[in-house]
Amino acid sequence: MIRMKKIIAIVVIVMMSSSLTFAQKYFTKNGNVSFHSKTAMENIDAVNKKAVAVIDASTGAMEFAVLMKAFEFERALMQEHFNENYVESDTYPKGSFKGKITNSSSVNFTTDGSYPVTIAGKMSIHGVTNDVTAKGTIVVAGGKINAISEFTILLADYNIEIPSVVKDKIQKSIKIIVNVWLEPKS
Amino acid sequence: MNIRYSVVAVIALLLCPFYNILHAQESSLLDDIKDTTATTEYVSAAFKSTRVVDGQSIEMLGKGSLDFRILHRFGPISGGTGTLFGLDQSYVRFGFDWAPINDLLIGIGRSSTKKEIDGFVKYRLLQQSRGARELPFSVVLVGGAVLNTLPFNDPAIPNYFSSRLNYFFQTLVGSKLTESISLQLSPTVLHRNLVNLQTDPNDIFALGFGGRIKLTNRVAFMVEYFHSFNGMVKGVNQDPLSIGFDIETGGHVFQLHLTNSSGLNERAFLTDTFNKWARGEIQFGFNISRVFQL
Repeated sequence: MIRMKKIIAIVVIVMMSSSLTFAQKYFTKNGNVSFHSKTAMENIDAVNKKAVAVIDASTGAMEFAVLMKAFEFERALMQEHFNENYVESDTYPKGSFKGKITNSSSVNFTTDGSYPVTIAGKMSIHGVTNDVTAKGTIVVAGGKINAISEFTILLADYNIEIPSVVKDKIQKSIKIIVNVWLEPKS
Repeated sequence: MNIRYSVVAVIALLLCPFYNILHAQESSLLDDIKDTTATTEYVSAAFKSTRVVDGQSIEMLGKGSLDFRILHRFGPISGGTGTLFGLDQSYVRFGFDWAPINDLLIGIGRSSTKKEIDGFVKYRLLQQSRGARELPFSVVLVGGAVLNTLPFNDPAIPNYFSSRLNYFFQTLVGSKLTESISLQLSPTVLHRNLVNLQTDPNDIFALGFGGRIKLTNRVAFMVEYFHSFNGMVKGVNQDPLSIGFDIETGGHVFQLHLTNSSGLNERAFLTDTFNKWARGEIQFGFNISRVFQL
């Protein structure tokens, strides 16, 4: 009986202590996520300044979420077509990424500096989830984190159709640029 | 010893819930910073275009947009082979609409019939929204004038410039009920400074109905009907009824329809519609809208 209690106690303490290790999280609600399409006919640029992002420094886990309707375009009609015809924002309001820094051990979140990272995870857009890997940079500066990454996705992978009449105006692969400043979460 | 271990075990077990909370959060990091303040989301794109068919829709243009519109109606299909089912005749209006801000649209156009020049100001008073501010419909106000530029019928009598003018006012109330279905009502007052007969009323009161059913992301079925409550000569004047399809190709919206009206401004389609669906006096028509960003 005593041994039993001993074992329970030790197991519980070990489990707790593992969870009570350094669990510093960084977050933002005003992250910058933009995408670009460039063809001879037309350039399309859109920026979302309200991306939500969290990075867990202890595990390297990260999560991003954007409201599709918060992407701002130069041309009002493009924005309407983006929401109505391409990503169907009323049906699929959010885009998200959930993954981790695969080499998080090489990032020292407590020391200022610039650390190249590789990120792997799952991205969901337009109701479709795909595996994504991307190269990026984590800049630690004065207790804040600047996470930067640039990668491309194929619209076809996310079931986003381009009608033939505008196929010369929209790139099949879209460049996505992520540039977010995260602050420690108290 | 016994007691000590028991105490430790109990404390540890008591602390267990915290351990669970910590790990529950890790299933989604974003749960931590969920926004609790509700935001207002405005409902947009109830219609593909700023016109249902002939009449104004509750839809506006984005700030800085310039919409070049070509409206075209052929003659009645009942003309048969003699007029190539009406294709020999044509009624045209060219116009420009411009949006200085999101909630305001200013437009001008010229119709071939009666050489009329019309202009309007359209203002969105309320926009349908969800979330913090919940409003199930939009309210849009329209005011406009139509100027007849034909020579006066009888140059022998004193004629006044004001006799050329007509005014119209509309309150559009509409809603994007679902992703695919939008409906609107358009109470309309038309004032004509000069009418043909002494018995003709200067003011016409009408109620418009507009609807769309979105068939695909880029194609919608449209219907529009205006009923005038007065000033209608029985058997002569008809209520305009139009059905058609809106086809959006990115930049252009093509509105193809069948209608009994050749009128391309509010005065014309409310008071100069004489064709009747039941008599086969149906006209093919189209609107082409091309939006530029200034």
